[in-house]
Amino acid sequence: MPAPQCASCRKARAALRRPRSGQALCGTCFCAAFEAEVLHTVVAGRLLPPGAVVAVGASGGKDSTVLAHVLRELAPRLAISLHLVAVDEGIGGYRDAALAAVRRQAARWELPLTVVAYAELFGGWTMDAVARSTAGSGRSRSCCTFCGVLRRRALEEGARRVGATHVVTGHNADDMAETVLMNFLRGDAGRLARGGGLGSPGEGGALPRCRPLQLASQKEVVLYAHFRRLDYFSEECVYAPEAFRGHARELLKLLEAARPSAVLDLVHSAERLALAPAARPPPPGACSRCGALASRALCQACALLDGLNRGRPRLAIGKGRRGLDEEGSPREPQPSGPPASEPIPGF
Amino acid sequence: MCEVGEDYRAPAGQPPPRPGREQKCVKCKEGLPVVVIRAGDAFCRDCFKAFYVHKFRAVLGKNRLIFPGEKVLLAWSGGPSSSSMLWQVLEGLSRDSAKRLRFVPGVVYADEGAACGQSPEDRAETVAEAKLVLQSVGFPWHIVALEEVFSLPPSVLRCSAREPVGTEGAYKAAVDSFLQQQHALGEGQQSLPCPPRPPIRAGPPTAGQTEALSTLFSSVETLTAKEELLQTLRTHLILHVARTHGYSKVMMGDSCTRLAIKLMTSLALGRGAFLAWDTGFSDERHGDVVVVRPMREHTLKEVAFYNRLFAVPSVFTPAVDTKAPEKASIHRLMEAFILRLQAQFPSTVSTVYRTSEKLVKAPRDGCAAGTPGPRCLLCMCVLDVDTADSATAFGAQTSSQLPQTQPPVAQAEAPVSCCCTRMGGARHCCRTEEDPRARVIEQLCYGCRVNMKDLPSLDPLPPYILAEAQLRSQRAEAEQIQEYLLEDREDEDARPGES
Repeated sequence: MPAPQCASCRKARAALRRPRSGQALCGTCFCAAFEAEVLHTVVAGRLLPPGAVVAVGASGGKDSTVLAHVLRELAPRLAISLHLVAVDEGIGGYRDAALAAVRRQAARWELPLTVVAYAELFGGWTMDAVARSTAGSGRSRSCCTFCGVLRRRALEEGARRVGATHVVTGHNADDMAETVLMNFLRGDAGRLARGGGLGSPGEGGALPRCRPLQLASQKEVVLYAHFRRLDYFSEECVYAPEAFRGHARELLKLLEAARPSAVLDLVHSAERLALAPAARPPPPGACSRCGALASRALCQACALLDGLNRGRPRLAIGKGRRGLDEEGSPREPQPSGPPASEPIPGF
Repeated sequence: MCEVGEDYRAPAGQPPPRPGREQKCVKCKEGLPVVVIRAGDAFCRDCFKAFYVHKFRAVLGKNRLIFPGEKVLLAWSGGPSSSSMLWQVLEGLSRDSAKRLRFVPGVVYADEGAACGQSPEDRAETVAEAKLVLQSVGFPWHIVALEEVFSLPPSVLRCSAREPVGTEGAYKAAVDSFLQQQHALGEGQQSLPCPPRPPIRAGPPTAGQTEALSTLFSSVETLTAKEELLQTLRTHLILHVARTHGYSKVMMGDSCTRLAIKLMTSLALGRGAFLAWDTGFSDERHGDVVVVRPMREHTLKEVAFYNRLFAVPSVFTPAVDTKAPEKASIHRLMEAFILRLQAQFPSTVSTVYRTSEKLVKAPRDGCAAGTPGPRCLLCMCVLDVDTADSATAFGAQTSSQLPQTQPPVAQAEAPVSCCCTRMGGARHCCRTEEDPRARVIEQLCYGCRVNMKDLPSLDPLPPYILAEAQLRSQRAEAEQIQEYLLEDREDEDARPGES
């Protein structure tokens, strides 16, 4: 049976069905619709004002590639300028290949590229070194915990170097859904209270961050990359199988099979969670060492690095950050952000 | 597990040591342990019973919602948790228990066989078993069939105003005065708050109603929507029973495990705004009748052990999802997932439960703090659907409409849900044939809307739902034109000069 006509332009044959609505569209119309939706997200949420210098966290993976491409298409309309910022965590056999993809993209799209390396920023600690250091400490290595926190710091640093006013990352709707599931399973009330919006406005000197692809489903991101013939790096990080996010991801796949709108429903739920004031994180101050945004005396990145440098990598993870020299009342520290098992840049 | 605040002292390799035969009960250090709960805590029979009963009392006592002498309806499904709850209430009210409970109980059992596709003989058998148990318990009992939803009045869906919740002082005062009354009346008269009356039943359901109910349930396309619909109808039915017989509280037997699963399921169904009501201790969205969940701190494992050790009777009733494959519905999926994760990380259920305790019943900041908005037709929570300007509402739109890339072409054919595209404006603009459906849909919260998508036609729904929907939309229309109506001068006699 021949494919139906495109529901939008009614001229070409449909080439795909949109996952959420089941509509049949041709390639061009789908890409146009996708871009229109991202534009609407940005405009309705007032995420990127005209004149913004936007640092795009580029990892070489499908999400950041699609993000960079779409923003490049929309840049004239939004009156923004783009810079690609790539983070080199120092994971051999994975990150170097991904970076090669980013360099190709930067060359093809003629966008300025800055690469920021952990080894340079964090005193020689690459992720491989961190993994070796945490390997002997029992349960899982939880090196994803380190990677998430440090990558955010690195992204922020890279953005500052290029003089950016906003940071964007390629998190899609599936990531948001996984995050809320994961935070409930981990009991992370602080993150639940903080997250769910369209991005953080940037408090205390941190750059405002947002996620323009937040409402796009992962399948559509892949479809867009396919129809625009984008060149991206699609392998999993070598440490990904150990991440807790894998459970949430597996659950999400099952939920989506039972009910196609599950991802959107989860995002809707996440936006409307109401947590007790006591569960919310304290208003942020500044880290005593590096001056970055922190809810305690030391920001999480400095605390983690401290632990690594002392040969006790678990120091900043788990109950009671014993042994760290910081004042202030001891609170339950929150081990850092969602570990990524796909090459998407951290938040 | 990467749980927040978890201690990493012990390496994961060794599981906690299993208690050997020589070990004694961890509490009294004397008795021989019969059961291990949590991680390696072995209890002897008496200590376990004391622990279990204490938890039940503590949950009731901590929240101080049930006033002495109040009529409380126990919702009994026949399953282990609600049977255990029934038993706890029975023992708690008996004269010889220390500090006995002081409310007036009744029991309701809902026969849902028609929705689950049971044959009439099986249904009769189950009901007979249930009756036996209810008679042995001795409280006034009501057996209602789910078919009775077809004769419910639309007032069930209205939230009645209730008396303001008593303060701390009011509770203590109520308890004191009740105790004084008891002393005055003398002990002899307080055997049971009221003798077991013959049950009040409407009579067995007619074949027509049974037919209508099975038509309704077979027209629902997915098991998820079926389960949600069943839950909604059951809640309305129990609410109606409570209101008719003057019960001001309803006790549900949801255990800790079930509530953790329910929380994650509600999250996946889009009910994130209402988690505190769905899984908290008290749920006062219906106004005059408050739903409480006293079993919320007991895990299913503890319930099962207690029921076995102390021979608590229960009746097995098949549900809509009995024998359904694991991937059949969101509820089943979530249950399987959480129980599997629990086997691997034993703190999963308690972590989720602890997080649920931190949820509050408040609209997300940004909503009007003054008058609450309109309520959902089915679940009676304040509507959580955004105005059309929000980005998330846009995300929802993209999943249900034609893209607006070629507006002239799109408008040419009758847009199915054009009512939704208007940015918050007139909702009753066009009268397409979808209108009755659109009218009902827009009175529902996000979660209920998604469920209704699996119901191709709204006609098989019980009449009270459709009647109430009609009433509400008429009222909304009347309000809309109110500002344009000229006032009727009622005091014409006072001004004879005007004509």
